[in-house]
Amino acid sequence: MGFIVLAQIWILRDFEKCTGCRLCEIVCSLEHEGRIWPDASRIKIFEYSPGTIVPHLCTQCPGYPCVDACPTDALSVDSDTGAVLVDEGKCVLCRLCIDACPAKVPRIVKGRNSVLICDLCGGEPACVKICEEVGYYALRQVRKPNDATRKAYTVPPYEVASKLARRVYGEKWEEVV
Amino acid sequence: MPYGYWGRLLDIDLSSGSYRDYSVSSFVYRMFIGGRGLATWILWRELGSKWEEVDPLGPENILVILTGPLTGYYPGIKLAISGKSPQSNGVVGSTLSSEVAVQLKSMGYDGILVRGRAESPVYLYIEDGVVEVRDASRLWGLRGVELLKKLREETKKSSRSGESPWPPALYIGPAGENRVRSAAVMANYAHAAGYGGYGAVMGSKNLKAIVVKGSGPLPDIYDVDGFRALRSRVIDSILKRTSMRYWGTPGGFYSVGYVTSSEPIRNWQEEWHDRREFSVEEAETRLWRKRFWADWGCPLACMKLSVVVRDDRLYITDGPDYEMGAYLGPNLGIFDVEDAAKLSALADELGLCGIQVGNTVGFAVELFEKGIVTRSDIGYELSWGDTSSLHRLIEDIAYRRGFGGILAEGTYRAALAIAKLKGISEDEVLRYAVQSKGIGIGAHGIRSKKDYPQPIAYAASVQGGDHTSVAGLPADSSDSETWSVFLDSAVLCMFLASDEDTMIEFLNTITGWKMGREELYKEVGPRILSLQRIMLLLGGPDVYWDPRIHDDNPPRFYEPLPTGPYKGMKASREEVEKMKKEYFAGMGWDEYGIPTEDTLKKLKIGDAIKATKKIKSRLGL
Repeated sequence: MGFIVLAQIWILRDFEKCTGCRLCEIVCSLEHEGRIWPDASRIKIFEYSPGTIVPHLCTQCPGYPCVDACPTDALSVDSDTGAVLVDEGKCVLCRLCIDACPAKVPRIVKGRNSVLICDLCGGEPACVKICEEVGYYALRQVRKPNDATRKAYTVPPYEVASKLARRVYGEKWEEVV
Repeated sequence: MPYGYWGRLLDIDLSSGSYRDYSVSSFVYRMFIGGRGLATWILWRELGSKWEEVDPLGPENILVILTGPLTGYYPGIKLAISGKSPQSNGVVGSTLSSEVAVQLKSMGYDGILVRGRAESPVYLYIEDGVVEVRDASRLWGLRGVELLKKLREETKKSSRSGESPWPPALYIGPAGENRVRSAAVMANYAHAAGYGGYGAVMGSKNLKAIVVKGSGPLPDIYDVDGFRALRSRVIDSILKRTSMRYWGTPGGFYSVGYVTSSEPIRNWQEEWHDRREFSVEEAETRLWRKRFWADWGCPLACMKLSVVVRDDRLYITDGPDYEMGAYLGPNLGIFDVEDAAKLSALADELGLCGIQVGNTVGFAVELFEKGIVTRSDIGYELSWGDTSSLHRLIEDIAYRRGFGGILAEGTYRAALAIAKLKGISEDEVLRYAVQSKGIGIGAHGIRSKKDYPQPIAYAASVQGGDHTSVAGLPADSSDSETWSVFLDSAVLCMFLASDEDTMIEFLNTITGWKMGREELYKEVGPRILSLQRIMLLLGGPDVYWDPRIHDDNPPRFYEPLPTGPYKGMKASREEVEKMKKEYFAGMGWDEYGIPTEDTLKKLKIGDAIKATKKIKSRLGL
């Protein structure tokens, strides 16, 4: 007899497979807001061009700089999943978490009074589910990888796009991205 | 409180730079659904009484951009573009995939009306209902790829509030700026509302682009639980369309020629080919840099990313899709997929409808072949399969250079102009024009009878040669134009549509309506089609249609197929006349396809009766 210790999860993204369909944004907003509200999605798709499409969301990066930076204790780490949780009552939209985030993931949108950060849907991310359901597999649920891997994914979308563009379009990639 | 739509549009006047709300009642939505249907109602209401005098390229025309009640909820995305068409002089509901549709609904509006004309080039930046008319002098002249990059830089927000994507845009290329009648309204590199020529309408308003950003949610859904269940069921059924996922429409490159004998080849002189080098397998191995590219909310991903490196630069397009590939491939005597993809990308970046310009260029090459136009007219030789001269001609059309200026008027008007120029009869030139009512016919022929369009598909359509809006029997079935009207009015993608019952159930789940099959086929469909038909027959000011002459197939379709397994087959005049009669009767129209007084009263559009009287008196009926 003993306790079952659940491994923390992570959303692995495969940029080359992302079709840009935004089904992740649709189900994210349905899950969190109960309606289709693309701007309030915790995952956002950056489609620089059809060949360079970047799903962008929290990576639960090492040290959680956003949580450290929060002056009102509105941000905390969910010990079960490893996700950053936002206490809507405490968030004052001061933007310090955004400044602290290497990938500028937390978002402030009209109509919401606290920052939006992926909460991993409490362990069963809806975005991953739909992406697998329709057979695109750009998002997969995996065990939380090591610090170095998570850090490598913690970059602004343009950085990812420019690397993808070199591969997809070759030396003339700057004509596009 | 309506469900699925907001009941208001943003009404923008470029002449004064002002804008206001334009309300649309729930009663009108139920009568016209949205999208193409609602556009028809708006155009009738705003311009109907002076329709014949409205110059499609004048400031009095209204560019109509509308979503529908299924937009954003049903998988995938479409947006309907309309106005008085500079091709048919009627109303065309032209659709394209664009995230702009979702942004519109997210900002609390179902669509936009654009009136007037700006004094100098502008673009519209619209955020949450606030319209900014911005100077576009830096953007004027830019082609698609360059423009999108510039617009992204101009409209990207600082990351102060976190990284958010830049808003999507509708735009025109040089062809629209130069009011080329085959210019499309474009989005996202390779997406075009081609039929109708609304890129020229945008250009005539000095409007380079429309950028839309909405921050809010979509309108409420009547039955949210029902919606979730139905949506899952629909997605499951869409996922069974595995060949569309794998190959997309380029799957037709070879088969529409070889199997069904209905692909345009050398301006429709033939419709059959056995050229294996023009096949999806070649596209897959030589062109595709990415297999699955999807529009907003689409579980199918029929698009492919094709890249061709030529002339020391990149040419970027979709598959190309079947229509573009066929029209800028075999129809021009080109059977190399890379050449066809390059010309498709060229059409995209110039903002030309690939179908219309492919139709016109094919027509020009045949006139050259027949000696009706010569090197002294064009300035260079034209021949089938000569990609470099065909490339040059497409550019000449987009910039209205030399003979390109005549061809920029579209196949029908060019034919009339060439007849005049050469001093020969119109019929001698029109026999090579494969169009119906000013609109070049889509890349699915009728002669072999093995493809989906029926013999009256184009002859009786209110959108002329539009292969996505074909007439057919029975009049009250999904084989008739009523079904296209439904898809374009609820506004969704035809490749994602389910069966009729599911579609109607979906519409009712979102809106809370209790629409039945009967209401769709006996009221809504005929109502929209009747109004479209009336405005098509009103026409003007430069072109008028006579049902006795123009409700017909192009002469080419009465010539026998010269090759292939269906060699010798051709359209039959007797059959076309018989089917047309039956179709018109099914719609409640008279023998000339003019809606009767009874029909218009029954459809609750009795105010259109006076217009039918005008049409009859012009025709001497």
